[in-house]
Amino acid sequence: MSPQLRHISFTLNGNSVTAEVAPHHTLVEMLQEQFHLYGARESCGQGLCGCCTVIVNGRSVSGCLYLAAFADQANIVTVEGLAKGEQLDPVQEAFVSCSGFQCGFCTSGFILMVNQLLEKNANPTEDEIRHYLSGNLCRCATYPDIISAVHAAATTLRKE
Amino acid sequence: MSTHVDAPAPVERKAPTTTQIGRSIPRLESRAKVTGEAEYIHNLRLPGMLYGKIFRSTVPHGRIVRIDTRAAKELPGVFAVITGEDVRALIPDPYYGPAFHDQPVLAIDKVRYVGEPVAVALSEDPHIAEHAANLIEAEYEDLPAVFDEVEAAAATQVFVHDALRPAGMFPDLKHLHGRTKTNVALDFTLRRNDVEQGFAQADYVFEHVFRTPTVAHTALEPIVSVAEPRGPQALTIHTSSQSPSFVRSEVARLLGWPENRVRVRTAFLGGGFGAKLYIKLEAMVAVLALMVKRPVKISLTMEEQFYTITKHATTVHLKTGVTKAGKITARQCEAWWNGGAYADIGPRVTQKSGFTAAGPYDIENVALNSYAVYTNLPPAGALRGFGIPQLVWAYESHTDLIARELEIDPLEFRRANILRDGRPQATGTIMHDIATVEVLDALSSAMRWGESFDRGKGSIRRGHGIAIGFKACIAPTTSGAIVNLYGDGSCAVYCGTVDMGQGSDTVMAQIAAEVLGLDPQSVSVIHPDTDVTPYDMATLGSRSTFHMGNAVRLAALEAREKLFAIAGKALEADPSLLTVADNGVSAPSGRRLSIADVIKSTFLMQAGNIIGTGSFRPTYTSPSQGDGQSDDITPFWMVGAVGAEVEVDTETGRVRVTRLVNVADVGTPINPGIVTRQLNGGALMQLGFTMSEAVRFDNGQAVNASLADYKIPGILDIPDQTLAKIVAGCQSTGPFGAKGVGETGTFAVSPAIANAVHDAVGVRIFDLPLTPETVYRALRAAQHNPLEDQQ
Repeated sequence: MSPQLRHISFTLNGNSVTAEVAPHHTLVEMLQEQFHLYGARESCGQGLCGCCTVIVNGRSVSGCLYLAAFADQANIVTVEGLAKGEQLDPVQEAFVSCSGFQCGFCTSGFILMVNQLLEKNANPTEDEIRHYLSGNLCRCATYPDIISAVHAAATTLRKE
Repeated sequence: MSTHVDAPAPVERKAPTTTQIGRSIPRLESRAKVTGEAEYIHNLRLPGMLYGKIFRSTVPHGRIVRIDTRAAKELPGVFAVITGEDVRALIPDPYYGPAFHDQPVLAIDKVRYVGEPVAVALSEDPHIAEHAANLIEAEYEDLPAVFDEVEAAAATQVFVHDALRPAGMFPDLKHLHGRTKTNVALDFTLRRNDVEQGFAQADYVFEHVFRTPTVAHTALEPIVSVAEPRGPQALTIHTSSQSPSFVRSEVARLLGWPENRVRVRTAFLGGGFGAKLYIKLEAMVAVLALMVKRPVKISLTMEEQFYTITKHATTVHLKTGVTKAGKITARQCEAWWNGGAYADIGPRVTQKSGFTAAGPYDIENVALNSYAVYTNLPPAGALRGFGIPQLVWAYESHTDLIARELEIDPLEFRRANILRDGRPQATGTIMHDIATVEVLDALSSAMRWGESFDRGKGSIRRGHGIAIGFKACIAPTTSGAIVNLYGDGSCAVYCGTVDMGQGSDTVMAQIAAEVLGLDPQSVSVIHPDTDVTPYDMATLGSRSTFHMGNAVRLAALEAREKLFAIAGKALEADPSLLTVADNGVSAPSGRRLSIADVIKSTFLMQAGNIIGTGSFRPTYTSPSQGDGQSDDITPFWMVGAVGAEVEVDTETGRVRVTRLVNVADVGTPINPGIVTRQLNGGALMQLGFTMSEAVRFDNGQAVNASLADYKIPGILDIPDQTLAKIVAGCQSTGPFGAKGVGETGTFAVSPAIANAVHDAVGVRIFDLPLTPETVYRALRAAQHNPLEDQQ
């Protein structure tokens, strides 16, 4: 069983990179094994929990199902790409100030989804927030604080 | 600290500028968690590491006739395939468990549930290991199986185990050794006064039976362990464990090694909830790594977690005698706990929760029987509440039914019977530092109880309900801690408490910082590593803030004494009059040195340590055999009450919880923000167990073992309003008055919601969860027009 490796190149958090991937390798596997990025992580393995969320060409995908080979020529953003050096992005800041997490395992996915939501909708209602984040699960059930964090981040971003 | 008499004349002393207790500071690890950089064992890769994939039993009970691993071994890239017989070559008696030594590393001779590990395939490539595991074949001779806890307890023909094998750890299980022809692993009995006489004094006697199904923890970081041999005689285990000290002692026992050759370390856990306690994968990876002389990692899939550990399904039979005036005279409870095929910590759940089964009420006559029962289902263990939510489901549904029958307001009925501070609980232990009355009062005001309430209209009916539960913290247990001041004045806390999301790192840092006058954000908390951190019983049962918090406080106090002894010389002051604040030590004269300069004054350069140690072990009296009486059953009590407002759609049976208020006695909160999130998180987790979660079995096979078919709460499922109300009291024996809170939010959620449903539509649900189908069936039955069962 030695599947043919394929050479791909893509943009990862703003940098041009290359990778060797087998047809069955997922995006999460590639990010972890070849780039040592562990923020996107496999949990349910079925694309239901959102822990593996990665942004591909501006759209969120479930990195545990999305095949690595499809990353060829794509623009990939992971949670590790959000902060500018020491400076957290406004959504990350809001998750810290509102404590929008407990164990932290689902947090990367939530933060990426909230960024995507606020790009589309600068002032979401609580109902809009809930519907947009309904594909992300938090077993610690920090949901009330996550909703607070979204409002806080939206306020910050509207001022910018 | 040395005593000193000739105290200098008091001078005006600067009061501490701030206190760290009661501050909702952000978590220490905030930045790591929002950038995706937090360390989890999930991330770990080691040079030469092999991945293991488990081949599991497909029958609920069977004798192993043959395991064929040839095809798997021949697959290119497979390093080894290991079975239970191979394990026995290394360890003659490879059975483990915290309460009973009943669980084999890999199945030997028999399998006892669908999903039991039978063999492991190892490869450098996890895909190859998985492929190989799929090529393994096993043949079983089917044996009759038992699944229901009440049937299994009464069984006379089908036994999951040939004989009981209690571990030595708990003295009160020793008498069970060698018992045969039974599925009852533990029968706990409590008798207080005369329950029959109590029933005779009653005007009414009520009896009900309540059930809860098997549910699953589904921590989002699935259980993962890595074992790394350090030569043939030493081993490091990196594991997502809530109990590294137990892992070390149990793996050492299995291997026949002294504990100092087994090192167990953890990182942050992506949730635990009780799933990651005691031994899960650790014995398996340890044995595999020693056999193949390579590091071995096993990461479960979400599906495999359902086959590894669950929460007990229960059947609880309650009988209560009550006077016309509403005074409870007697309560009898029989509880059957479906422990699955291996005991795990089930016998402790049976006893430790069992003795509270009469509820937080002042009842003269009590009789309790609590049975830990083996069945051919996946093993059940601890899940956030250690059996309490199942019992509260029963006694608070029951209590509400009684109040309703007596036409007494449910809150007033509870208030009239509530167990108050200074009164004996059913074990005989006198209650101390328990704010039951204050919790009921706070609940009443948060629910605006007694005021007019919108009952809804048309097919949407509204109701509200309340419930209250309590729990005794587990005993006897021990925690140890070290506080180390380094040469530059920075501080590290060494403690075995596992931060699995509950915020323990931050709370321990606040406690050390409070004693030493530091900024808690500057304190580093060293994660559990049994080669480094002192013994801790485990991170479970809401015990860490109390036990480890006390140990950290004692360690910090000892470090401060040593610091003051040195500083007294440097500042030419009486050490007993020194104070700490803002990283420095001040004398009454006004002279001040930074902690770094104090240390430098004795080591003459930036070097050395000031080390304080602390060990905490509360007193305890084991309940006596037969009547379960004890004058000192627990170091502290937790009280949690819940109020729920619901809307019931009478056309579909769908229940929507619109408002969920949970009120908890938390002692003095160290970090109120973290306490609030723990209370809300516990309540919302229990909301899942109330509304949707149940592992369904078909002949022992879990048929919904995935997040696609097993519905945990998402953000759309939470109430419009979720509110945690802290009743701040004082746990006089706790660190700065604190007590545990990690489970309190779970206690009373389920019955509060069922009581609200009853209030809304007049039907009573006896079996969780409250799915639309369950509620709709009850509505139709109440209309004398029951739904016909599906064919």
